[in-house]
Amino acid sequence: MGTLDLATLLETKEIIITCGPGGVGKTTTAAAAAAIAAARQGGRVLVLTVDPARRLADALGVAGIGNDVVSVDPVLFSQAGVEPRGSLSAAMLDTKKSWDELITRHAPNEATKNRILTNPLYTSLTTRFVQSHDYIAMERLYELHGTGEWDLIVVDTPPTRNALDFLDAPARMADFFSSRLLRWLTMPARSGLLGLASRGFAQVADRILGRQFLADITEFFGSLESMYEGFVERSQAVSRLLGDERTAFMVVSSSELVPLREATFFVDQLQQRNFTLAAVVLNRVLPSSLADSAAADAASAITAERDALAEALSKECDVDQAVAYRVLDAMVESYSDLSVIAHREALARANFPIGTASLVEVPLFDEDIHDLAGLLRLGEYLIAKR
Amino acid sequence: MIGPVLSDRRLLFVTGKGGVGKTTVAAGLALMLAEEGKRVLAVEIDAKGDLSASYEIPPVGFEPVKVTPQLCVMAMDTEASLREYLRLNLKIPVVGRIGPLASAFDFVATAAPGVKEILTVGKICWEVRERNYDVVVVDAPATGHIVAQLAAPESIAELVRVGPIRNQSKWMSELLNDPATTGVVITTTAEEMPITESLELMTRLDRETSVDLAGIVVNRVLPERFGPREASAFRALSDADHLEWVASQLPQGASAVVEATRLATQLRRNRSGRLDVLRERVGATTPLYYLPELFTRAEGLRMTRQVATHLAEELG
Repeated sequence: MGTLDLATLLETKEIIITCGPGGVGKTTTAAAAAAIAAARQGGRVLVLTVDPARRLADALGVAGIGNDVVSVDPVLFSQAGVEPRGSLSAAMLDTKKSWDELITRHAPNEATKNRILTNPLYTSLTTRFVQSHDYIAMERLYELHGTGEWDLIVVDTPPTRNALDFLDAPARMADFFSSRLLRWLTMPARSGLLGLASRGFAQVADRILGRQFLADITEFFGSLESMYEGFVERSQAVSRLLGDERTAFMVVSSSELVPLREATFFVDQLQQRNFTLAAVVLNRVLPSSLADSAAADAASAITAERDALAEALSKECDVDQAVAYRVLDAMVESYSDLSVIAHREALARANFPIGTASLVEVPLFDEDIHDLAGLLRLGEYLIAKR
Repeated sequence: MIGPVLSDRRLLFVTGKGGVGKTTVAAGLALMLAEEGKRVLAVEIDAKGDLSASYEIPPVGFEPVKVTPQLCVMAMDTEASLREYLRLNLKIPVVGRIGPLASAFDFVATAAPGVKEILTVGKICWEVRERNYDVVVVDAPATGHIVAQLAAPESIAELVRVGPIRNQSKWMSELLNDPATTGVVITTTAEEMPITESLELMTRLDRETSVDLAGIVVNRVLPERFGPREASAFRALSDADHLEWVASQLPQGASAVVEATRLATQLRRNRSGRLDVLRERVGATTPLYYLPELFTRAEGLRMTRQVATHLAEELG
């Protein structure tokens, strides 16, 4: 497969999964990609954030995005000076609600449903812990994709290394439900008998965790048993969806050393899983002129001709010479500080293993993005022909 | 009322939104405390190797490695922590039984919620309680995940009603919830999202845990180079009236210098506005510490030393 630019990806894929380190504008970039696709390319576009830090509502300038899908008001596009060709919606993942909905939808009967929903392990699992987030995120994506209501879904993942657990969740779930361990655990519920190996395990577990907790575990997985098959089937379907050509992966980073190192980790992990990295977006790129030798020469020349320039500047702008000196010094210092960073970042970018993915460099904006107009401005950079 | 001084505490969790320099601050804080003569253990939670990179040593494992005579670094490994726990507390021998243990662990960590968190926090609390070190500095998970970790003993106590784990969770809670012992340090930059997340985390720490907030470190504060008169003179240079002067008087290539100055001034102005918001929202009870943006060519020990020096000035 040749390199497709981001504009083409947004036009042709059904799912785009955004991953990358924290603090580089990943959520904003996902929202901007969705917004520009809705505005310029048309179609029904959904941006789904699975990030527990909940920033999508902020970035979109729409308050109160919850587990339900919320449409972004077309008026907001008009206010941003764009008549959208398609529509934009947004949803955030509420782990607990999504699990409750899933159980309610798939439980074989009312009694099983209630037994699961009131199990203390279930409550704790679905409210507090990160792993349950990964799995339900996949379920939710699968469900939303399956409704056929959206032409494109842009997914924003959590900014941590375990963002990629999200990709493994279906396979892990399938493994787990067919594992011997689970049979050991649920065996007492079924027969009241323990196998030899199982007994050893139960003794260790009992000493560590206590009998009541083990009983909760047994009840929980026992109740879930009737639903295993569905879990496994959906897990396999979602694995296929992620692995085939309907889905593309986009890594977002800045050019700073730590985030780029982290982004490299994501690139490796995608490769190991045989997912194709389609695009890399580097945000907050400093002007390339900072790394030019002409600029360095100019800064040296300003220092060399400091006295003459200060005099000329004080006349031109009608300020004290002392002020003029400070302006010139500040200019040279600002340049030298930023050029150190620009050089450092240019080097880091050059070393980044981009492979066959298409690369988009987005300049550093003066202001943070906090409305749809800002998202669309970023979006224009994402789809610009180069 | 302001709580116990940050540098007098024995367990510090350094957190913050990704990208704000959390690891650098944790590394600098640990180095600073070690240079004060304390025996310090720095703990990396996610084992990415960033903390050891801050000291320019190869990635470390569960076994602490000496960086200086006073400073050790280790990386958390929950399976190793479980093995140590079983050996020390339950006298369960695990040598030669790694296979079954690993699969049991896999289950426990995947399916039984909070176990990874408790093994992490448990190991850290153990080191504090045993006084193996004067202070333990944790390069903790980012703002989204730290609460689950700090609340792990309480979560476990809710689930596991009897047995040794429940008893263990009790002393851990006491240690974590004592402000004279334990404190959270939130690292942020004066940018919109990091500040929003820091304020959210403050609310969650208060509501969902009893762990004390020891302070907020504002990282990457940009230097103030312009007073009002200089700023207005510089702005005038960008006016159409003065374009010709800029082009004719300043050396060739100076437009990049002017652009760099404009960018630096704009960033500085954005951040100082946000700092005012942060100060106002945080109030007088939580101390704020400031670290300058470091314009270094690379990261590593040199940068960590600079952070330690600035922290010593701020905390001193």
